[in-house]
Amino acid sequence: MTAATQPSPDSTARTPPRFSANFDPAALAEIRRAAATGIYDIRGAGTKRRLPHFDDLLFLGASISRYPLEGYREKCATDVLLGARFARKPLHLQIPVTIAGMSFGALSANAKEALGRGASIAGTSTTTGDGGMTPEERGQSKTLVYQYLPSRYGMNPDHLRQADAIEIVVGQGAKPGGGGMLLGQKISPRVARMRCLPEGIDQRSACRHPDWTGPDDLEIKIHELREITDWEKPIYVKLGATRPYYDVALAVKAGADVVVLDGMQGGTAATQEVFIEHVGIPILAAIRPAVQALQDLGMHRKVQLIVSGGIRNGADVAKALALGADAVAIGTAALVALGDNDPRYEEEYRQLGSTAGAYDDWHEGKDPAGITTQDPALAARLDPVLAGRRLANYLAVLTMEAQIIARACGKSHLHHLEPEDLAALTLEAAAMTQIPLAGTAWYPGK
Amino acid sequence: MESLTFDLATTPLRTVNQYLHQQARAGLRVLIVNPDGAHAIAAGIDAPVEVTIAGHAGYYAAGMNQLASVCITGSAGTGVAENMMSGKVHVKGFASNAAGATAQGGLLVIDGDAGLRCAISLKGADVVVGGSVGSFSAFMAQAGNLVVLGDAGQALGDSLYEARIFVRGTVKSLGADCEEKPIGASERQILAGLLHQAGHAGVDPASFKLYGSARRLYNFHVDNAGAY
Amino acid sequence: MCGIVGLLVKTPALREQLGQLMVPMMIGMTERGPDSAGLAVFTPPLAGARKKISVFAGDIDGGEHYDWQALVDALNHDRAASASATGQGRHASVAFEADPEIIGNWIKGYQPLLKLFCVGKSIDVYKDIGTPAQVASRYGFAHFKGSHLVGHTRMATESAVTPDRAHPFTAGEDFCLVHNGSLSNPNGIRRMLAPHGIAFDTDNDTEAATRFLQWRLREGDTLEDALRKGLAVLDGFYTFLMGTPTELALIRDPFACKPAVVAETDDYVAIASEFRSLAHLPGIGQAHVFEPAPEEMYVWKA
Repeated sequence: MTAATQPSPDSTARTPPRFSANFDPAALAEIRRAAATGIYDIRGAGTKRRLPHFDDLLFLGASISRYPLEGYREKCATDVLLGARFARKPLHLQIPVTIAGMSFGALSANAKEALGRGASIAGTSTTTGDGGMTPEERGQSKTLVYQYLPSRYGMNPDHLRQADAIEIVVGQGAKPGGGGMLLGQKISPRVARMRCLPEGIDQRSACRHPDWTGPDDLEIKIHELREITDWEKPIYVKLGATRPYYDVALAVKAGADVVVLDGMQGGTAATQEVFIEHVGIPILAAIRPAVQALQDLGMHRKVQLIVSGGIRNGADVAKALALGADAVAIGTAALVALGDNDPRYEEEYRQLGSTAGAYDDWHEGKDPAGITTQDPALAARLDPVLAGRRLANYLAVLTMEAQIIARACGKSHLHHLEPEDLAALTLEAAAMTQIPLAGTAWYPGK
Repeated sequence: MESLTFDLATTPLRTVNQYLHQQARAGLRVLIVNPDGAHAIAAGIDAPVEVTIAGHAGYYAAGMNQLASVCITGSAGTGVAENMMSGKVHVKGFASNAAGATAQGGLLVIDGDAGLRCAISLKGADVVVGGSVGSFSAFMAQAGNLVVLGDAGQALGDSLYEARIFVRGTVKSLGADCEEKPIGASERQILAGLLHQAGHAGVDPASFKLYGSARRLYNFHVDNAGAY
Repeated sequence: MCGIVGLLVKTPALREQLGQLMVPMMIGMTERGPDSAGLAVFTPPLAGARKKISVFAGDIDGGEHYDWQALVDALNHDRAASASATGQGRHASVAFEADPEIIGNWIKGYQPLLKLFCVGKSIDVYKDIGTPAQVASRYGFAHFKGSHLVGHTRMATESAVTPDRAHPFTAGEDFCLVHNGSLSNPNGIRRMLAPHGIAFDTDNDTEAATRFLQWRLREGDTLEDALRKGLAVLDGFYTFLMGTPTELALIRDPFACKPAVVAETDDYVAIASEFRSLAHLPGIGQAHVFEPAPEEMYVWKA
């Protein structure tokens, strides 16, 4: 080849800049941030990456082989009874959507009150969190579940007796095996007093209960709580989804009335990003083994299963119930219903270096929406009556959406939905749920 | 004074506890015989009654106690007086792990030794141990006082907040962020008062050392990361 | 996660009552371990070169009426091992005069569904699914005689509820272990032991601990040395109770999250996860009752 035949180099011959899929801009930014600060990234909310989820399942509506119910006329019941295994006073909720535990401390008192108001209008329960019970939430919650946590912050036997149910928290989906975290900015005088902590410190709460370890001891702890409350109140055990078959079976053996299973999408007030994104399994993958454990023990529908982690709409609710759950819990979605991440505060989110819809620095206590904060001026922005109404509306929509699907499948009660009403859209979802791939009778491993 | 005896060999625990919760009036004296290591005996009382458990108790004896005075003549299992709010719990024998865990008020007196994690996450109560305490005692203790007349095991006061630890004997090792502190007049007065209340009036408060939080871990700094 | 019980009688007269004293101890641990139960009993060693294997027929249809005499006759026909069987129903102790490995392999070849629970001159192991009361009555634990017993009630964590996954676990000869707690690195230990030719019968974490400790004993360590190495290698939460023909031994991990109580009198040493299993013992009111300290080795001689 001679020099004359060589094309002359021009711009098209140059390799354009190419980003690594591995060292993508987010990974590079995180390396720089870690190098500059010497601390892992802490944030609120749940997983942000794409995960197998309820969207990967579809309902098989009725056609000729089955008949649907008339959408707006024929009854499709939604109520759920929780805790009748041992408790003398089980809970009877009007809808199978409950509000997950979120602490006063993580949330403002107004936000807690709004959750109670919204849940009460909708006929469901709300739940305290890692920090004790406030009069605002007890007063406004018709049905209140009292969380019993490793840290025992604000744990008071009077509140135990005032509660309608007790939830022993072993773990949560955002950080199974980890403890809570509340940074100094949010340890206000009231929060500090309730938790017996100095003001303004970075609080790292325990990951393990101080006075029991393992299912054999848990049985004794449940027995103590029953004795103290004279065997009246349902006792829930809340688990982060990791080894759901074993953990659910052990919670049942230890004597739980209700098991709460939180997938990795479940939110948190504050924890390490690495924990949120890398520990635990998606709720879609956790429900089937959990239901299997209940069935193997002859306890399905006798010990109720509440699932949570990324529930957004009535289809998610219906799919969770069809897979075998008795109810779901919502946390992040409830906060959004109250007004979290609302675009009307876009200007302020920008000042905080974020944008509406992506704001997750809940631990900093500067929430423009007044929800994840202890700043009195910010907290005052949230009208608990109005926000409670918004939550009630949203809960009603979730329920109606689930009913629309259930009626289309010919069900007169949401609990009559079953796995056979579903088809899987992806191989992953089919493998995780053992629901056949759409159009086939097959799932991986069958 | 009204007094009543329950025999746990013949009466279900639930009956005894429900009586103590619902019927017990101020000044009542209750004797519980044949406890035989049963769990949650006299848990959840909320009245100024006097309860004697004659023998060995299992887990969570007098758990979450409010106002009552409970005496265990034998040993106590895990979590005796856990989350006590007020009143007094007295163990004449030894106590197992997590004695007085998360207790917020009242006085826990243990005449013998206490196991590991004694006064873990203590939130304001006072715990006086006549013997020694096991490792990880006063772990994450937030407020209140732990007084140990004997020795302490490893990692005493690890990740301590504002609780005070008085130890008369030797300390095998201190936990992260726990350090010896000078005893001032007010601390000495607190110690003397607790010794008196716990039946150790003859013990010299000057023979104790005080340990508390160095407060280095209260707010994160990368150079302290190894201590967590 | 489970209940553990151990009993060693110092007064020879009490050997007759060993099982009778033990049964209420096991039943006291029902709530800690409702899934299955097991018991190792140590008796004076067989004479001369005789050894014995505990054989379990419960995995065979009709195993509760297993024909042990037919097994012994076939064994003697094939191996001339002077074998004899004591026991009935699902469990027999097959005694013989031969290499136990050869006899064990013969039994497995004779009926692959038979399970071998232990080998030695002193030990017999009984374990099965069911509540402690059911298992105790199935095998007549109350009639057992001997110098010491190691018992267990199981609440299964991550491995299935089957007779062979119940405790005690054994390895080598005349060594057994029961465990309350759960190990966090059992799979690494299995992989570490595999190159030493150590095979496993189950996926149970306790079997990993048992085989590790027996491997150290096999390599010449004293029980104390083996336990010290165990503390360094075995991660997780545990109280271990172990039996040899002459000793009962106990150790707890440094965090001592899993409970243990000891009651000692001039007549006996009794160990249980909780005091409620000791409350019925004679003279308990005068016994020295204490909690074993973490990381400390307790060895009682039979």
